[in-house]
Amino acid sequence: MEFNQPAGENTLFDGGRVVGKPHRRVEGPLKVAGVAPYAYERHDVVAGQLYGYPLGAGIAHGRIRSIDAGAARAAPGVRAVVTALDIEPLDIWDYNVARLFGGDVVEHYHQAIAVVVAESFEQARAAAALIEVDYAPGDPADYDLDAAFRRLEGTGEPGTLVGDVEAAFRDAAAVVDQMYHTPSQSHMMMEPHASVVDWSDGGEMTVWTSNQMIAWNRQALATTFGIDPERIRVESPYVGGGFGGKLWLRADAVLAAIGSREVGAPVKLALPRPFMMNNTTHRSATVQRIRLAAGPDGKLKGIWHEAASHSLPGGRGENPTAQTPFFYGTETMRVQNHVVDMKLPESSDMRAPGEASGLMALEIAMDEMAEALGMDPVRFRIVNDTQVNPSNPEQPFSERHFVECLERGAEAFGWETRNTTPGGTRDGQWLVGHGVAGAFRGALLMPSGARAVLEGGRLVVETDMTDIGTGSYTILGQTAAEVMGLPMEAVEMRLANSAFPVSSGSGGQFGAASSTAGVYAACMALRERIAGHLGVEDPEFRDGRVIAGNTNMALAELEGQIEAVDSMEWGDFQSRYQMSTFGAHFVEVGVHAATGEVRVRRMLAVVDSGRILNPVTARSQLIGAMTMGVGAALSEEMALDTAKGMFANHDLAGYEVAVHADIPEQEVIFLDTLDGVASPLKAKGVGELGLCGVAAALANAVYNATGVRVRDYPVTLDKIIGGLPAI
Amino acid sequence: MRSFSYEKATDPAAAAARAAEVEGAKFVAGGTNLLDLMKLEIETPVHLIDVNGLGLDRIGETEEGGLRIGTLVSNTALMADARVRRDYPVLTRAIAAGASGQLRNKATTGGNLLQRTRCPYFYDTAQPCNKRVPGSGCSALAEGGFSRQLGIIGTSDSCIATHPSDMAVAMRVLDATVETVTPAGMTRRIPLGEFHLLPGDTPERETALMPGELITAVTLPAPVGGVQRYHKARDRASYAFALVSVALIRQPDGSGRVALGGVAPRPWRSAEADAELPDGAHAVMARLLDGARPTEENAFKITLAERTLAAMLAEE
Repeated sequence: MEFNQPAGENTLFDGGRVVGKPHRRVEGPLKVAGVAPYAYERHDVVAGQLYGYPLGAGIAHGRIRSIDAGAARAAPGVRAVVTALDIEPLDIWDYNVARLFGGDVVEHYHQAIAVVVAESFEQARAAAALIEVDYAPGDPADYDLDAAFRRLEGTGEPGTLVGDVEAAFRDAAAVVDQMYHTPSQSHMMMEPHASVVDWSDGGEMTVWTSNQMIAWNRQALATTFGIDPERIRVESPYVGGGFGGKLWLRADAVLAAIGSREVGAPVKLALPRPFMMNNTTHRSATVQRIRLAAGPDGKLKGIWHEAASHSLPGGRGENPTAQTPFFYGTETMRVQNHVVDMKLPESSDMRAPGEASGLMALEIAMDEMAEALGMDPVRFRIVNDTQVNPSNPEQPFSERHFVECLERGAEAFGWETRNTTPGGTRDGQWLVGHGVAGAFRGALLMPSGARAVLEGGRLVVETDMTDIGTGSYTILGQTAAEVMGLPMEAVEMRLANSAFPVSSGSGGQFGAASSTAGVYAACMALRERIAGHLGVEDPEFRDGRVIAGNTNMALAELEGQIEAVDSMEWGDFQSRYQMSTFGAHFVEVGVHAATGEVRVRRMLAVVDSGRILNPVTARSQLIGAMTMGVGAALSEEMALDTAKGMFANHDLAGYEVAVHADIPEQEVIFLDTLDGVASPLKAKGVGELGLCGVAAALANAVYNATGVRVRDYPVTLDKIIGGLPAI
Repeated sequence: MRSFSYEKATDPAAAAARAAEVEGAKFVAGGTNLLDLMKLEIETPVHLIDVNGLGLDRIGETEEGGLRIGTLVSNTALMADARVRRDYPVLTRAIAAGASGQLRNKATTGGNLLQRTRCPYFYDTAQPCNKRVPGSGCSALAEGGFSRQLGIIGTSDSCIATHPSDMAVAMRVLDATVETVTPAGMTRRIPLGEFHLLPGDTPERETALMPGELITAVTLPAPVGGVQRYHKARDRASYAFALVSVALIRQPDGSGRVALGGVAPRPWRSAEADAELPDGAHAVMARLLDGARPTEENAFKITLAERTLAAMLAEE
């Protein structure tokens, strides 16, 4: 099916009985009972599983002279040790740049350089510690991103250039010109990367893994090992968090596959927690210079955003200017992004890649400009709203209700009653402050397919879409139930298996809108099949029945199995529109007047993201993202050892994500706008939008509480304490 | 984990004798730190002596009117004890500020004192660390090293690790004493202020315990009254080690005691600094942190310690 014109009013979804209604997570009971099997727990899928354990490089870059695995091979229970020197460098699939295994070159700390396979996990781990590696370390490398930014600033062609920016700054009534820093961040999902791989005969490969993108994963395995993807089957029915860290094939599956082939038995392998920092991907640190120019009326005359992030050669880094060409109306604009080669672990996508870091900076700059103008920061953003793409005014937004987000939020939060004087509100030992920030994230779409099979009144829908904790099982089941006129209980969703039709997968907040459209396409095809079967035209499907003319029968009475496969493709017409999602975050913080400790008191998000398919699972996405934003604002930082070229903090004690005690009342308001351009269900994603802007709202609240403007994340007490009042 | 043998001890003196006799033996109680370190092969005992069956899990009263806390009393039980809450509230507050509920349920009194540092380089066996591999160097002090969490005083050129306990900071301000049994079966009493060693050139040596010596109890003197507070400053509200923590006992006349956590290889306190308390936080910290050698990354701890204490003094 092709989506080739905007969805008009329709009874199916606009009058929906299932879609758009609250529905608890269908697999929730399995998860809370501990019986939803995650990759490392797939004990039953194949007999004779052995345990793999990885060894990571102990240097940041250089070469391996030799590896002595003799003692490891002789250790108790060890069945095989395969080192990087034993095999040729493996190929690298699209999107990634660091080699996952093979050869003598070390590109980053903890790059996998050996795998041990043993009869028990403990034996494999103990043997890995016996491997002796002789390195020829590379020359000291430069990890100074600030210096790189200074070198690169103003060089190259801007990504976006509108009007004469320099003139706009000359004529401005107010100018902001500041540097902002965001640190490298780790996905730190609860479930580490883990796989069970059976490649015992070196022929067919079966991979039970934890991954967001089944088709990508399969193709990446095929490329990496130079085999036909048809020989590979990938399953990932439950994923304990991904956040972009599981978009890619990682060393867990690669090492398990190598180990399995070597020993002729299935091998399971999970990456140890420290590998998440230095072996897998992470979000790059950014250095950003933002200049804003405004007229006396508060209208932006110029936005000048230039940034740098790091990557291994050929990588994408983190583009924090991603939102800038689209978010605020402005007369002129200059936007430029630099990616700096650094010999660090591979930087890549993490939840809201680009916007998450960009808005951490831009939304502080907006707060600073509002202050410079003497304007309310909510009002200042409203004044600079636009209904057309500011970098391409011919292109309207499909739907944009940013102003409504700000206004609804301000009202619900009690914004008007706040104290506008920084440092002006005290509650015992706490300085209290309020902050606001705008949220923006693109609404990407991907082709997505599904197979729908009806038998005996029960519908089974198969698609390789994943549920990474987001609620895919539930919203896809709702979609299928709606289209087929069946109760949720009559629908079974089967996900995340490469034997199923290829879907969008989960990433870029494209999953919900894309995959529900794919299920819609398959179910509409099934409706046609049924109509053809019965020889009727345009039947209605409701209450478990198919109704057309004189025909009125229960779907359960249809004989045999009726199957349809289809996918949703996205028409060209969408390029006429800028499709995006919007939001506004409001937070109240307390800052300890003596220590500078920051504690969040309440949070509110207002979200404009198309039809909310299920307010229960969507709210869960939002509050999870807001929680991640608290971590980003206040504590998360990969601590770079600038001599060793590695991230020194390596676990959940050293890399501090927000914990329960950090998270107070969280409120979410969905505008439930309908975007007919976006998808047949008029839906867009929310999972990444929820993170965008949160940290800046917090930083702005800290400023309001204390008068200390921190532009260098995380906003830790050491950056505040010098500006606090005497005791 | 390397293979090891295991036995259950039934008598404290026999356990100590056994630990002295078997080269590479270690005691295990709650295991909340030791087992993690064994998995990483940072601790590699060849023999574990499980002391959980020794019956040292009761809190009794001493003849002097204080408390004798069995070494196996869990952190949870200790902080909840009615006598502790009433007479030693700084101890309850400090324990409640540490770790998580699950860990406190397993962690024991003696084990808490013996936990190892949380310096990230101590945990990465591919990196130099004088505490883990004597003579290999200190990664935290090396150029480019990450030291924000680490010590500012009592440290040395070979190690700037801190002792991570909250409980120990409160016990230090309460003048606790560690009671042990030696391999020879003798009882020894070590003031907590002398229990943890400063690193000097031998950061691998962390306590005054002799080989095999087993902690049997921690004793608290008779209650000293006063207002007792504990403030743990940290980046998140729970489940984080202290950047700086301050244990304070303040008497109505303005005198009192102060101990710091998060700044040194042991709970940090001095009588001279205590004597400055009537003159306020600045006077106390000028004494207590005299000679501090912070890194660029953790110099804020000096300001933080002073301001934290000042706020605690202003609270009444």
